[in-house]
Amino acid sequence: MSTAAAETRIAGADDPMVPRRYAITRVRQDTRDTFTLLLDPVDGDPLTFKAGQFTMLHAFGVGEVPISISGDPRNPAPLEHTIRNVGAVTRALVNAHPGTEIGVRGPFGTSWDAADAAGHDVVFVTGGIGLAPLRPAILDVLAERDRYGKVLLLYGSRTPDDILYGDEMRRWADLNDVNVQMTVDNAPYGYQGKVGFVTELITRAGFDPRRAWAFVCGPEVMMRSAASALAGRGLPAHRIRLSMERSMKCGIGLCGHCQLRDLFICVDGPVLDYARLEPLMNVREL
Amino acid sequence: MGDIRILQPSGLDSLIGVLHERGYRVVGPTLRGDAIVTGEIRAASDLPQGVGDLQDAKTYRLHERGDQAYFGFAAPAQSSKPVFFPAEEVVWRGRRDHDNDGHFTVERDAVDEPPVALLGVRSCDLRAVQIHDQVLAGRSHIDAHYVGRRDGTFVVAVACSDPAASCFCASMGTGPRPAENDPQTGAPSYDLLLTEVLADGDHRFILEVGTDRGADVVAALAASGAPVTRGTDADQADAIAVTDAAAALQTRVVDTAHVHDVLRASAESPRWEDVASRCLACTNCTLVCPTCFCTTVQDVSDLTGDSAERHRVWDSCFSESFSYIHGGPTRESTKARYRQWITHKLSSWEDQFGMLGCVGCGRCITWCPAGIDITEEAAALGRMSGLATPAATT
Repeated sequence: MSTAAAETRIAGADDPMVPRRYAITRVRQDTRDTFTLLLDPVDGDPLTFKAGQFTMLHAFGVGEVPISISGDPRNPAPLEHTIRNVGAVTRALVNAHPGTEIGVRGPFGTSWDAADAAGHDVVFVTGGIGLAPLRPAILDVLAERDRYGKVLLLYGSRTPDDILYGDEMRRWADLNDVNVQMTVDNAPYGYQGKVGFVTELITRAGFDPRRAWAFVCGPEVMMRSAASALAGRGLPAHRIRLSMERSMKCGIGLCGHCQLRDLFICVDGPVLDYARLEPLMNVREL
Repeated sequence: MGDIRILQPSGLDSLIGVLHERGYRVVGPTLRGDAIVTGEIRAASDLPQGVGDLQDAKTYRLHERGDQAYFGFAAPAQSSKPVFFPAEEVVWRGRRDHDNDGHFTVERDAVDEPPVALLGVRSCDLRAVQIHDQVLAGRSHIDAHYVGRRDGTFVVAVACSDPAASCFCASMGTGPRPAENDPQTGAPSYDLLLTEVLADGDHRFILEVGTDRGADVVAALAASGAPVTRGTDADQADAIAVTDAAAALQTRVVDTAHVHDVLRASAESPRWEDVASRCLACTNCTLVCPTCFCTTVQDVSDLTGDSAERHRVWDSCFSESFSYIHGGPTRESTKARYRQWITHKLSSWEDQFGMLGCVGCGRCITWCPAGIDITEEAAALGRMSGLATPAATT
């Protein structure tokens, strides 16, 4: 190996395994179990990132979790992460009081590169907290709204109470010419909205499959059926992008946890196109 | 380089001494309990002289050889993997000031150890180190601790004369004689290569020089009065005869020409149910594998929670927690975990790194309590997929 080059790489760059310190400026509760953390870098240097990338968030002495950045790439301070409170680390993060310092590594991984869809219709398909990793891509598109054709946001959630960023989605519909369609899996008696799976929205949504791009983020089972429904409408697989979730301990392709056959999801992904993913997603437990 | 010498066995101590003088920590095969392991070598007497090993499916035994061979065994129970990539290490240490908004400081734990001289490393294990050079130090992100330990390593390889029944390096193209150069980087594989010749009262090491650094060590050896003499092409032919004989002893085979495609085509093979009925998911194979590199991290803190260390520890794709994300593991069944392991070794590794991830050391066969044999599983998958050549799977 070329050890000289390796030495330069170590000496010349920060060790990606060592976190940078960020202070929590605010914890905003979005739904029953979902919170958005707003973070300011202690060293004052904002984290530049691309839509779709993630970081490793470290609660001191508790542990670390991979979380997609949900903020605006054009306005990276404060740094935003939307988190579901489901484990020890996420509990420590969402319960931290403002001012608490946490560790941040990254950003890691690939981008949605939504600009590839310029000149075409754009379909965002998402479920639950899957809207959070997509939000930076939506903001990228809306920042240059006139470069795109129709913009659709098809959003599914478990119940009406679990709808994430509800006010913001209404603003996108009212002010940014986004066709927002929502559906819920389960609704209380008297609910006026649509009930059913998000896949059902795809079959009827008004976009031109010959010239549309789709960006899909949600639970894997939802992404599999959504990608299949999009392909069924005639979208070629290379114009469907998904964000994959796997166990991750390092974020830099070294720990091996996130492998999906030949892919390291943390480095080759998390955003990958369906042409690459389709044969892998259709094998159980791969 | 074609520079051949003869080193008498009595000169081994001088060789170790020269390496020590040059600041190396000398690491090689040594006896610990009833196993040959990789450990500190202070003198030739630390080597397992006169000891042979018997390795086969779920079998590891040592025996007295009845001769004076220093390297008369196949390979140590553990490879040299932990020398550069220890089973546990501290990535960083942090302190938190509890009275000040949880303000904390983090210090990276740098490697500060003398360079290593690997003495007696086998061709299979040397190839595994080269593979780790690619995996851990040859990509966009590197393991800084690995590089810190690996930098400046001096390699005294010993060609293998006594392969075990579990060995299949010849079939993998990784031994028993080490390649002169790393096929990926072109860098020399070893500084010095020894082949132990032991026949009819003739006990000598044929010494081949691989680098200028190696030549310097040989010159220092000669200057110290050690028994080193010039060798001839005939001596090199003797050395090659030793490894040719060792290759001929090996019976286990992997069909390397087809195995990548066989595994790729076998994702839904019924063979996985069969192997899962035998596999205990005990993780032994991954712990003894010289190329397995998966790790996890653990946060270790004191009772106040204000002093914490982040540890990097070996992990295994056979454990349930390995693939855990919220909601459960993505590989819940043993068949999925075995499929992941063997497919990675013999197929997707090639897609990722341009070489197979198996060096044919046979340790996974030796240490599997169920006797599961990677060569047998690969051959069965080859037969069932119809992709392998019939000759290679008999």
